[in-house]
Amino acid sequence: MGRERLERYSLIGPENQAAVAAGLAGGDWFRSAVPRKRMKELMRRSDYPAIRDTVIWIGLILGFAALGSALWLVWHSWWAVPFLLAYGILYGSTSDSRWHESGHGTAFKTRWIDESLYQLASFMIMRDPTTWRWSHTRHHTDTLVVGRDPEIAVMRPARLAKLLANLIGLVDVPVAFWLMLRHAGGRLTAEEADYVPASQRRKVYRTARVHLAIYALTIAAAIVFRSWLPVVLVGGPRLYGACLFYVYGFTQHAGLGENVLDHRLNTRTVKMCFVNRFLYWNMNYHVEHHMFPMVPYYRLPELHEEIARDCAPVYPSLWAAYKEIIPAILRQLRDQEYYVRRELLPGAAPFNEPAPINDGRALPLATATLA
Amino acid sequence: MTQWIAACAADDIDPEDVIPFTHGGQDYAIYRSPDDVYYATDGHCTHEKTLLCDGLVMDGVIECPKHNGRFDYTSGKALGAPVLTDIRTYSVKVTDGTVYISLGA
Repeated sequence: MGRERLERYSLIGPENQAAVAAGLAGGDWFRSAVPRKRMKELMRRSDYPAIRDTVIWIGLILGFAALGSALWLVWHSWWAVPFLLAYGILYGSTSDSRWHESGHGTAFKTRWIDESLYQLASFMIMRDPTTWRWSHTRHHTDTLVVGRDPEIAVMRPARLAKLLANLIGLVDVPVAFWLMLRHAGGRLTAEEADYVPASQRRKVYRTARVHLAIYALTIAAAIVFRSWLPVVLVGGPRLYGACLFYVYGFTQHAGLGENVLDHRLNTRTVKMCFVNRFLYWNMNYHVEHHMFPMVPYYRLPELHEEIARDCAPVYPSLWAAYKEIIPAILRQLRDQEYYVRRELLPGAAPFNEPAPINDGRALPLATATLA
Repeated sequence: MTQWIAACAADDIDPEDVIPFTHGGQDYAIYRSPDDVYYATDGHCTHEKTLLCDGLVMDGVIECPKHNGRFDYTSGKALGAPVLTDIRTYSVKVTDGTVYISLGA
């Protein structure tokens, strides 16, 4: 099952061409009707919200790092642990949402600030900024289209051991270093080559060398000073601080429809409290983001109000979302055609299902095409 | 030979905005800058076939609504990933309140 599953989701496997042949790749996705005037207001960029949030975010990171380091080095106190844990979660989890928003170029009006945050967050979350920009571009073109989307976090059936181990980065971090080494040697994987244009590859190799050099210096510092602290501060948070990254991330698409052309069938919007929305930079408004990716994170709550009439009811909390996600993932272990199908509100535009293959079950296309 | 085609009334476009225009089965995007200068480009993003008329116009740049690819709409220059190919631009003139674009060879 393992090899069969990986081959099915592989971008260089038979499902890729089958999805292209079936018209799923680059398909026409449903979008709610929003008047142009209102959409222009929602798309408009401003530096202020993101600069304010980034100053607070970096301030918290540096503050927790300083306090934790001082308690450890000066007083040798276990009180360092909660401060370093808070630092680690901000570094290893919330860098994902900063990576995401600045990757879209929507966070800031000023481009160089946006790009600077993108480079910083990419390093923190251990992603190559170039390959992941293209990966995420594909994710938006072919969201949860099997064989096309390189960012399907939860397959059918789910790789449960991997998902659990990744709560402390035990799979993704070694893979990130393996990729860094490969890139530093001037090579992409075959899957990356499917979505990264040739003209962009030199940047990948250069960045990998810079990132590896930083990690080498970190390890060297740890050895010279005979202290774990350099590793706890640089790189380590991607392990011990990663849990929230995955807890938030699985809410986006896990258990929902595959091979559909309507984000209301494969994406969740989850209500979160103020703190979680700050940490996640409003990525919980994920249906809205996928439908209109040019709207900056600080306008997504307004966009949500604008299109709520067309969507299924939102999940009132993270808990409510997981009450659905966990049973769905467990059921998909034995029934890979099962998915959570939401009910739209009365009066909503109907689901965009131009063909039977778009009903969310994600029947193997390659087999169907060959049959 | 230059062929000037009437695309729209000058007032059809708000300042710093874009509207679509179709002629001969081809899609175009017509822009009005904040200082009331008009420009025209192909209607689709060069990255994937997405209509630019639904995108964001800001500071001389059109941003594609699908993947946020950006073009300088005054020159057609692609401003970075995921758009790597410049977009074709067309000459524009405004006469008696009508916007014309040049579709000549």
